[in-house]
Amino acid sequence: MYSILKRVIFFVFLIGLWELLFRLGIWPEYVLPSPVSVCKTLARGFQDQSLLIGVAISMKRIAIGYGISIGMGIFVGLLIGRFRIFEETLGSLISGLQTLPTICWLPLSLLWFGLNDRAIIFLVFMGAVLSIATGTDSGVKNVPPLYIRAAKTMGAKKWKLYLEVIIPAALPHIIIGMKQGWSFAWRSLMAGELLIVCLGLGHLLMIGRELNDMSQVIAVMLVIIMIGILVDRLFFMKIERHIRERWGLIKG
Amino acid sequence: MSESVGVDNLIALDRVKDDSVLAASQVNSVRQNLCIQHVSKSFQSKNGSVYVLEDINLEIKQGEFVCLVGPSGCGKTTLMNIVAGLEKADSGEVWANGRKVNYAGPDRVVIFQEAALFPWLNVIKNVEFGLKLKGVSSRERRDIALEYLKMVHLTRFQNAHVHELSGGMKQRVAIARALAMNPEMLLMDEPFSALDAQTRWILHFELQNIWMKTKKTILFVTHNIREAVCLADRIFILSTSPGRIKKEFFVDLPRPRDDNDVSVAEYSTKIMKELKAEIDKVVKCEMDADSCVECDIKCTTVEPAKTDIGGGI
Repeated sequence: MYSILKRVIFFVFLIGLWELLFRLGIWPEYVLPSPVSVCKTLARGFQDQSLLIGVAISMKRIAIGYGISIGMGIFVGLLIGRFRIFEETLGSLISGLQTLPTICWLPLSLLWFGLNDRAIIFLVFMGAVLSIATGTDSGVKNVPPLYIRAAKTMGAKKWKLYLEVIIPAALPHIIIGMKQGWSFAWRSLMAGELLIVCLGLGHLLMIGRELNDMSQVIAVMLVIIMIGILVDRLFFMKIERHIRERWGLIKG
Repeated sequence: MSESVGVDNLIALDRVKDDSVLAASQVNSVRQNLCIQHVSKSFQSKNGSVYVLEDINLEIKQGEFVCLVGPSGCGKTTLMNIVAGLEKADSGEVWANGRKVNYAGPDRVVIFQEAALFPWLNVIKNVEFGLKLKGVSSRERRDIALEYLKMVHLTRFQNAHVHELSGGMKQRVAIARALAMNPEMLLMDEPFSALDAQTRWILHFELQNIWMKTKKTILFVTHNIREAVCLADRIFILSTSPGRIKKEFFVDLPRPRDDNDVSVAEYSTKIMKELKAEIDKVVKCEMDADSCVECDIKCTTVEPAKTDIGGGI
């Protein structure tokens, strides 16, 4: 409780400072809007549903792109982790591609898919898939061989061995990869939406800029931060905690 | 069970004489649960091939409790892995339950030194694991799992996480998990050697009771002679470097036996004498590797032709 109180005091102080700077009137409003007007814009955005629609469109894109990248990432990670030939070929390709910022895929994506949703979904996919693949790869390589031997003597073969033993045993690493992949995917989504005119949260940001409506820009930024935090807290933190409890890494 | 228990009815057979008999024995006999024929295994090291097992022959009958005893490094675990199908022999064949062993399979479940329970499953799900692979319905496998958890006295912990169990409890879950699959035989690879003496003592009782109830064939690997005498019908002593079956002992004591029984102790002493020579050999090799060449016994497992270790050999 005490830590929450400290946090609340800190943020109240920060907003107070912001309001104070605004009242001093050093900068015009289109450079620094007041917290009040940002709140009003937020409320208006939710009322006329423009923000909600933006959130919905962005979430749909990331759900598709991230969903595909989870499937592909785990599959590729398993191949690299279990088979030498894929490690030496695909593995080196992936570690090479990881040095490339995801937004660099945009020109290629535009030429392949055109100015549409699919181009952005491709960006999201490229953002997440490499992290998930490398996470899965390291998870698979860290599966204690004893688990596999034990499962084999109990009759686990082929895909059942993967489904029942290797993937669950690698899950802690896969989740880390997914978490990292999520943050990359979220960033690529925003970058893509900023550059392609196609609704979504990133696009709302650009509209704010074009209208010199700084309060809208900040309002959308706040929404983006909130979604990021929510996904992290509601999804990843819970899963990670659950896994740590199961594995006996913290007291349950 | 024999009434007169003592050192006198300890029967030791010289394996060397027996080998030819074994080789000629019938493979397809129904009562023969496990048949190991001329199994040899070597590993490549930088000094050449190291023979771990050399021409192992043994047969185990249905429902027999057999212990393999030998000093560390004699290849008992390797032999176990070959029987389990986790490793391949260089030559020779293993027949289990009338089939030639090529792969690991659920008719020969292994219980390892570490329990190898899966941390992502709770206790009862661990016991159900093999049944799930077999495709048993969830209702039925829960019933079976509960039955075997009851046998190892752990129903109270059915929903516990694996890390909440003690070492002995984990091994009991592993035993329940293996039994739940209703295998033809259990392969136990030093399952109690990481446990403390008291826990081991309890588990010796428990395992004997389970064996008497289920009459499974058990092949049990250990370096602890007292443990072997306490558990087994038959004990094979393996020699080191290369691993060969040196002697066979029959233990004919009433069950359940206790580690601390006088008769168990007397048996152990007798067998210990056999093993002493082997242990001395290991000690000589491990304590002073350089003078190894001078050992009259070939403790170096290196093939002389492939290496140049001087004129000692």
